[in-house]
Amino acid sequence: MHLILFALFAALCLAGAVNLLFQTHPINSALSLIVVMTSLAVLYLLLGAEFLAAAQVIVYAGAIMVLFTFVVMLLNAGREERTLGSRAYWAVGFPAVAVLLAILATVVLHIQGLGSAAFGDSLSNQPGQTNLEQLSQVLFTNLLLPFEVTSVLILVAILGAVALARHTEPERTVGK
Amino acid sequence: MTHILQQEVPLALYLLLSAVLFSLGIVGFLIKRNLITVFMSIELMLNAVNLSFVVFSHQWHAVKGQIFVFFVMMVAAAEAAVGLAIIIAVFRARATLAVDRIDLMKL
Repeated sequence: MHLILFALFAALCLAGAVNLLFQTHPINSALSLIVVMTSLAVLYLLLGAEFLAAAQVIVYAGAIMVLFTFVVMLLNAGREERTLGSRAYWAVGFPAVAVLLAILATVVLHIQGLGSAAFGDSLSNQPGQTNLEQLSQVLFTNLLLPFEVTSVLILVAILGAVALARHTEPERTVGK
Repeated sequence: MTHILQQEVPLALYLLLSAVLFSLGIVGFLIKRNLITVFMSIELMLNAVNLSFVVFSHQWHAVKGQIFVFFVMMVAAAEAAVGLAIIIAVFRARATLAVDRIDLMKL
């Protein structure tokens, strides 16, 4: 069951990522990115991270991608233009990416003692403990300060986003 | 039939998927010419890294890996909000989203 689900959603994930590259309209790329993120949520579920699967769907596929599609619609972004600049990335970028992928794959396939995931796996050794319990126990005791600091970060990000995206036209006409 | 239903998946396959997704993100970052799509490729790379965090958390039975992913998600949300605001500001100033035309800081 695990193998079937993994194969299905890994394939969906890769198909979405490749589709993101081949689409020329940003809205199509955004939609394929949603496919990638939702399939990743299923993979998290398979690896026993239930909370992260839910957070992935709500935060990534929900909030962040809605923001993306909203901006695409707001700016009325059209079809992508052909490049005007240099094509150095063909000569330098792609070999570099190929080398990086080769190195990563070699390292990953040579790791000793890497286990395997079965259907219905969970992190905890105790039978009754859920993933959420385990996660919140660490998050709200050992890592309480980083968690609270993150809320400040989000607040600063909201203020920054408002300050950056605000119209500055009205200030120029004040002196008239 | 029960054989395939009980088959376990080696974690190396998950890590391989994560590596391929990360590389696809880099390729997207290189070949896309639209500012928003370039930003989406960055999100794809972040997701690939998150997947390997979850895989290692499963491997070592350590919940801290999942908490790290949680923090990455929060920072990504903040980053997306600020980044998209910057994109809107750039679009107001230059009336274009093509990365080739946004070249004031180029030599």
